[in-house]
Amino acid sequence: MSATGIGAAVRRKEDFRFVTGNGQYTDDVVRPGETRAVFVRSPHAHAKIKSIDVSAAKTMPGVLAVLTGSELANDKIGNLICGWMIHSKDGSPMKMAPHPALAAGTVNHVGDAVAVVIGETLAAARDAAEKVEVDYELLPAVTDPAKAKSGPQIHEVAPKNTIYEWSLGDAKAVDAAFAAAKHVTKLDIVNNRLVPNAIEPRAALAEYDAGTDQLTLWNTTQNPHVSRLVIAAFVGMAPEHKLRVIAPDVGGGFGSKIFIYPEEVVCLWASRKVRRPVKWVAERAESFVTDAHGRDHVTHAELALDEHGRILALRAKTIANLGAYMSTFSSSVPTYLYGTLLSGQYDIPQIYCEVDAVYTNTVPVDAYRGAGRPEATFVVERLVEVASRQMGLEPAEIRKRNFIKTFPHQTPVIMAYDAGDYHASLKKALEIADVKGFGKRKREAARHGKLRGLGFSTYIEACGIAPSQAVGSLGAGVGLWESAEVRVNPTGSVEVLTGCHAHGQGHETTFAQLVSERLGIPFENVSIVHGDTDKVQFGMGTYGSRSGAVGMSAIVKALDKIEAKAKKVAAFMMEAAEGDIEFKDGKFTVAGTDKSAAWGDVALNAYIAHKFTGAELEPGLKETSFYDPTNFTFPAGCHICEVEVDADTGKTEVVNWTAVDDFGTVINPMIVEGQVHGGIAQGVGQALLEGAVYDKDGQLLTGSLMDYTMPRAHDLPSFHVGMTETKSPSNPLGIKGCGEAGAIAAPAAVINAITDAIGTENLAMPATANAVWAALQSAKPRQAA
Amino acid sequence: MPTVSMTVNGKTVTGEVEARTLLVQFLRENLRLTGTHVGCDTSQCGACVIHLDGIAAKSCTLLALQCEGAHVTTIEGLAEPGGPLHPMQEAFRENHGLQCGYCTPGMIMAALDIVRRKGNDLDEHTIREQLDGNICRCTGYHNIVKAIAAGAKAMGKGGARQAAE
Repeated sequence: MSATGIGAAVRRKEDFRFVTGNGQYTDDVVRPGETRAVFVRSPHAHAKIKSIDVSAAKTMPGVLAVLTGSELANDKIGNLICGWMIHSKDGSPMKMAPHPALAAGTVNHVGDAVAVVIGETLAAARDAAEKVEVDYELLPAVTDPAKAKSGPQIHEVAPKNTIYEWSLGDAKAVDAAFAAAKHVTKLDIVNNRLVPNAIEPRAALAEYDAGTDQLTLWNTTQNPHVSRLVIAAFVGMAPEHKLRVIAPDVGGGFGSKIFIYPEEVVCLWASRKVRRPVKWVAERAESFVTDAHGRDHVTHAELALDEHGRILALRAKTIANLGAYMSTFSSSVPTYLYGTLLSGQYDIPQIYCEVDAVYTNTVPVDAYRGAGRPEATFVVERLVEVASRQMGLEPAEIRKRNFIKTFPHQTPVIMAYDAGDYHASLKKALEIADVKGFGKRKREAARHGKLRGLGFSTYIEACGIAPSQAVGSLGAGVGLWESAEVRVNPTGSVEVLTGCHAHGQGHETTFAQLVSERLGIPFENVSIVHGDTDKVQFGMGTYGSRSGAVGMSAIVKALDKIEAKAKKVAAFMMEAAEGDIEFKDGKFTVAGTDKSAAWGDVALNAYIAHKFTGAELEPGLKETSFYDPTNFTFPAGCHICEVEVDADTGKTEVVNWTAVDDFGTVINPMIVEGQVHGGIAQGVGQALLEGAVYDKDGQLLTGSLMDYTMPRAHDLPSFHVGMTETKSPSNPLGIKGCGEAGAIAAPAAVINAITDAIGTENLAMPATANAVWAALQSAKPRQAA
Repeated sequence: MPTVSMTVNGKTVTGEVEARTLLVQFLRENLRLTGTHVGCDTSQCGACVIHLDGIAAKSCTLLALQCEGAHVTTIEGLAEPGGPLHPMQEAFRENHGLQCGYCTPGMIMAALDIVRRKGNDLDEHTIREQLDGNICRCTGYHNIVKAIAAGAKAMGKGGARQAAE
C-alpha cells in the first residue's frame, strides 16, 4: 500500500480551502447585477387562496417584480414531479397531485410558497414581501398519517388522501407460518419525522443570458444533472442544452439536497423575467418548512418464531406520510428502499409487507440519510430484540441462530445478498464493547441509582444504488449507473470528471487515491472535477452510499481504457509490440528488455503524436466510461449501544458506542470512520432528541433550532469503530458503501439499550428524558406486582 | 446610510450600512469575507462565530454598527496568505475534524476561544461542554473533539500564536 493509495488514511485535499474560509458555497457566489428573492409563504396548513394583492409590494423602493402562481401558469412553467412510479396492489398507478412551484388555488402546508418578491437587495425584497396581502379561506387540515385516510381530502386526484396501497411478499404463506408459530412478537412502532438540517441552508442563484438564451443555476444540489433534466424535461424551463446547473461546494445534504425544489425553478423563471441574476438563500426557519423531511412511519409489525427462537416469518403494515406533495423520489423510500430490507441479516422464509402512502398537510417527506433502510432496520431489530427478551434468549444468541450463513442469499423480498459475514461483525463488536463485563458495570451503575442497558443492532442496507434495469422494473424513471471521464494532460497530470457529487464525503481525496494507485502517479497530480453540467457529461449524483461502489467503478473502467491506450502509445515510442508492453508503478516497460518509458513521457507522446500516424492511432489520452452495477451492495454490521438512565429524571446518557461495520474494500479509513461517526450521531439524534412535531392545525411546533433538538457535542460520546471485510463481488473494487450505515444502525441500538435498562418496551422515539421518565412510571406498577 | 469603521483581520475598513445590517452581512457582503457562514439565524448553530475584540461572538447576533471601532478577526485572518496554517486549522485538517466544511470556520473560531478561556490542556468532557454553541451535522463531533484537543496542545507548544490575535 502506498502512502496515498487505496487503504491509506490520506489527509483530505478539500480541507485547506475549508479551514481557511475559502470554500465556495452557493451563497458565496456573486454575479454582477445580482438581485434577491424573498418568498411569501402560507402561514396556514390548508387554505384556499381567495386573492393575492401585490399592488403595495410592487411600489416599494428597490422592488423589481412580485410574481405569483397565476403568472407562473401563464408562462406555462410545469409542475414538479415525483420520478418513481409505484403501483398499488390492485394495479392502479400512484396518485401524483399537481405540485406547482408557486401555489395555485390552494396552499397545502405551512411554508407553501404563494408569491415571490425580487428586490435590489435582500432588505428591499423582505420589506416588500411583508406588503403582499393574501386573503385565505381556511380549510380543515390533517397532519397525522394514521388519520389521513379519514381526514379532509387534500388533492382531487387522491381520494382518502391515499397515494398508493403497496404490498410485497406472499401474504398467504406468511399467514400459514404465523399459524404454525410457537411464539409471536408484536410491536406498534412510530418512526419519528425528522428534519435533515444540513448546516448550509438551501440556496439558488439563477442567471439568464439574453444574448445566448442560456440559463445558469448555481444550486445546493447533490445531483446537478438530474436537477437539470427534471427542470428541462418536466418543468419545461429551458431545453436541456440551454440550462447549466452548477453545484459548487455544498454544505451537507443527507438526502435533502437530492430533490428538485420550487425555489430553484422560481429563481430561474424570475431571472429570465427581470433579466438580472436572482439569488435566494433559505433562512433556517424556511428550511424547516420547505426542505423535505424524513421518516414519519406508523407501523404494526409481527415476528413469528419456533420454539428455538428461529424466525419463521415477518409481517409489517406501515402507513407512510409523504406530506403535502410527492417530492422527487418520495414514492420509492417507503417501498423499494424499505420493504425490501425487512429480512435484515436473517434467514427469514416468508415476509409480507403492506405500505399505504398518504398525503397530509405537512412538508413533503423524502429520502433522508438511510431512506427507508433505517425504518426497516428499526422494525426488524426491535422485533428481534423484544422476541429475545420474551423468549429468554440472549440478544446475541437469537441473532446467531437466525443469521444468513451462505451467500448468495435470496430473500423473500427481492434482494439477493451477495456477500457478508454477520457472525464476524457480531463477534468483534461483542469483544470491543466488552459485553462480558456488562453485568458488573450494570451493578456498579445501580449503586449510583442509575439504570444501565445494552442494545444491539445488526443491520443491513442495500447500497451501490443501483442496477438500472432492476430499478427500472421497479418503477424508477431513471437509470442509476454512473459516469467517469479521465483526462490525462500532456504533462501527465490527470483530471477525473465524475457524475457523483461531494458535499462532505471527500471524493476529491478518495477518487484521487484510486487514480494515484492505479497509474502510479503522485496524488497531488490528480484533480477531481464534479458538480457542473457544462464540465461533466452526465451523472446521477451522490446519495444512497453509491459513489464508491458505482462512481469509482466507472473511474476504474475509464482507467482500464486509459491504460490500454497508453500502452499503444508506449509501444510506438519504444518500437515494440503492444502485447509486450507492461505497466507498473507509473512506468511502461517492454517485456524481456531494459527499455522503459515514464508515465509523463507517454502522456506527452500521446499528445505530440510524433511517433505514430493518425491512421495508426488517434492522438490524445482521454477516456469515458459509464458503469452500470450488476447488483446492489449490502453493507452490514453490528452496533452495540450502552446507556445509563437516571431513574429519577429519565435522562439518558449514551456511555459507550461500538460499531463494527463491513463496508467491503475501504479506500480511506479516516474518511470512512468519519462517515460512520456522523451517521451514528444522526441515528442517536433520531432516537433521543429529534422529532418534528405538528399540532392538529398543521403548525410546525419545532420550526427552529431553538425548538428542534439537534445533537450537540455533549449529547454524544466518542465512538469505538471497528471493521470487518468481505468484498462485494458486484463491483471491481469490492466496495459496499459507508455513508448511511450509522444512521441505519443507531436508532434500534439506542432504543434496545434504553428498554433493556428500564424494563418496558413501551417507549417511542425520541426518547427524551420526559418520555423515558413516563415509561418508567407506567412500568413501575408491573415491577411492583 | 450610516457609516461604520472597524479593524478586520488587522486592516481598517469603512462601509456604509443600513442600521439593521448584521455584522455577518457586513463581513460577507461588504468585505467579501465569505468564510464566515450563516446557518440558522437564531444564534444556535455557531457557523458565524468570529472574534470581537478577542472574544468569540456570533456575528449573526451583532449589528454592524455595534462594532464601530472594534477589532474583528475572522477565519480568513488566522493564517497569513501563503504562510502556514494556524495550529488549530492544521489540527482540524490533520484529525479529519470537518466534512462539508460549512460549520468549520465557526468551529475553529469557537475552539480558539475555548483555548483562551480553558488553556492548552483540554479534556474531552470540557471540549464537549464548551462546544455547546456550535452545531455540526456531519462529523458526530468525534473528530472535532480530537482536533480541538490536538490544536490546543500544538498552540501551547508553539507559544507565539495566541487564540485571539
